[in-house]
Amino acid sequence: MTTSATPVAVPDPDAAPRADRTGDRGGRRGRNRTRVGGQAGRAGWLVNLVVAALCVLWLIPTIGLLVTSFRDPSAANDSGWWTALANPLSLTIDNYREVLVSGQTPMLNSFLNSLVVAVPATIIPILIAAFAAYAFTFMQFPGRDLFFILLVALLVVPNQVAFVPLFQLFGQLGINGQFIAVWLAHAGFGMPLAVYILRNYMSTLPMAVIESAKIDGASHFTTFWRLIIPMSYPALASFAIFQFLWVWNDLFVALIFLGQGDNMVMTVNLAGMLGSQGQGWNLLTAGAFLTMVMPLLVFLSMQRFFIRGMTSGAVKG
Amino acid sequence: MIKIINALLAIGGGVLGAMLLFWVLNKLVEMLPRKWEARVKPYVFIGPALFAITVFLLYPAFQTVVASFANDDTTAWVGLRNYTSLLASREFQTTLINTLMWTLIVPVVTVALGLLVATLADRLTPGGEKVSKTLIFMPMAISMVGASAIWGFIYAVRPAAENQIGILNAVVTATGADPVNWLQMSNVKINTFLLMIVFIWTQVGYAMVLLSAAIKGVPEDTIEAGRIDGANERQIFSRIIVPQVWPTLITVFVTVLIGTMKTADIVYVMTNGNFSTNIVGAAFFVEMFKNMDNGRASAIVVMLMLAIIPVMVYQVKQFRAQEANR
Repeated sequence: MTTSATPVAVPDPDAAPRADRTGDRGGRRGRNRTRVGGQAGRAGWLVNLVVAALCVLWLIPTIGLLVTSFRDPSAANDSGWWTALANPLSLTIDNYREVLVSGQTPMLNSFLNSLVVAVPATIIPILIAAFAAYAFTFMQFPGRDLFFILLVALLVVPNQVAFVPLFQLFGQLGINGQFIAVWLAHAGFGMPLAVYILRNYMSTLPMAVIESAKIDGASHFTTFWRLIIPMSYPALASFAIFQFLWVWNDLFVALIFLGQGDNMVMTVNLAGMLGSQGQGWNLLTAGAFLTMVMPLLVFLSMQRFFIRGMTSGAVKG
Repeated sequence: MIKIINALLAIGGGVLGAMLLFWVLNKLVEMLPRKWEARVKPYVFIGPALFAITVFLLYPAFQTVVASFANDDTTAWVGLRNYTSLLASREFQTTLINTLMWTLIVPVVTVALGLLVATLADRLTPGGEKVSKTLIFMPMAISMVGASAIWGFIYAVRPAAENQIGILNAVVTATGADPVNWLQMSNVKINTFLLMIVFIWTQVGYAMVLLSAAIKGVPEDTIEAGRIDGANERQIFSRIIVPQVWPTLITVFVTVLIGTMKTADIVYVMTNGNFSTNIVGAAFFVEMFKNMDNGRASAIVVMLMLAIIPVMVYQVKQFRAQEANR
């Protein structure tokens, strides 16, 4: 998920009231569906074979992990996971029981911590960013373009630049090791992308709606809450998914500001298991798979939003 | 339990707090004379976002530049010593070479593979296309630590006398050769390439999704026209499709390039930068956690920042061009 932190390609999701959209796709109108009748499904056996091979190649690593996580310790550490395929009845869920609750660093606790970190770290920046995006889109003020270009520039800045001083700052505030430290750090790191995505989306909303609200005497505050937020729902959802996956999968922010104590999140826990190597592959693979469950669920159930968030901006080119 | 309540409070507090903050500020501004209200209000709206960026990103970045000229715990100035000692050390030179290799190889391979899958999947039946694209895309949802665990298992090694449990060594020993300790194999940079594979595995799906959307955006009539003029499939691909998806291709390339320059997790978790595999992004964390040297860590990140500035300039230029077309 590093890519979601390096955006450029993630602005304005489609599907929304966008009156002015026809123009900028220009000659690309006749896209997409026409192809289905034309070329799709006409693949020869070679194409099918190559794609199938690539898919198998892409999937094998994860399957190996998944199979191993259900094998008993001696089998997992003494023979290849592919040998277990011949004997599926030997599989067990003991590894999960141990990794989740009875191990040295229970994953269940880390799962809760990850949740406690990720949900506020997703929701809080969205709200703040939405207000800023509104101002950047619908208000005129000196310095507007300059501020926004600063934001665009910040999109590519590596988070590493902020870690040491932020750790010292939070140390002075006495919040290192507490959840609020991670929430604040993620709010800061995610802010440029959030404002960028939301502003790009809002600028595709029909200006006429806002104008008429103004004529009816609505204040900016009302327009924002009653009109813009509901209309920006697809962009808000897209960003929420990005930010949630990013925070959930993040290692370093959690490692630095929460550390390995009682508040340890799943990625930090897993990295610790990988580093010590003492626990055997059966537990390691179970732990690894547990860290992946949440993002995979989010990803598979909201793939549409996820992909829409990524595509429309970049394809616009 | 306390944690969950705590989190709920944070969500509620954060959301309500932010709403309240904006509401209060908004009310205060509305008490100003009308002319001033219009002038001040935009800054009230962008204020909290700018505050977050300034306090959690800009100010720390500035501090990092300062710290890069100071000693390990930022208590005394050392001038350029962090930079000179880093650049003179054999170890950091290796790190720079590795980083260069990553940035030269990873984005190109990622985009090429993404383009390949996008092109081929476009020709499958709709069902086949959906399944294959989901499979290739899935690693994107997995954390870099999770990917490291997955691939660490592929590269696992056992003594020659025992059964191999890593699939790569199982293949190697099946041919009769001795098992290889892949991640420590710095000959011809094999271990660095193996780490790159992990990163590429997570990124190809991203390239594929964007390029696939672009390929579907190529108007059918341009392809038809090519066919009528007697172009074969390869010519249609290279002369008609590729030129039309080129802008997307560049965007994807630049995005993956930036991600590659910044990435750290895989190297940090899989080798901790040992066995000549370190890259700049990970070297920062090794310096910070293992050597506890804020000065050198800061100097590393400043150098990374300098390397990223050209990309940043390019991005800003792109953005302005895009705005001009709006």
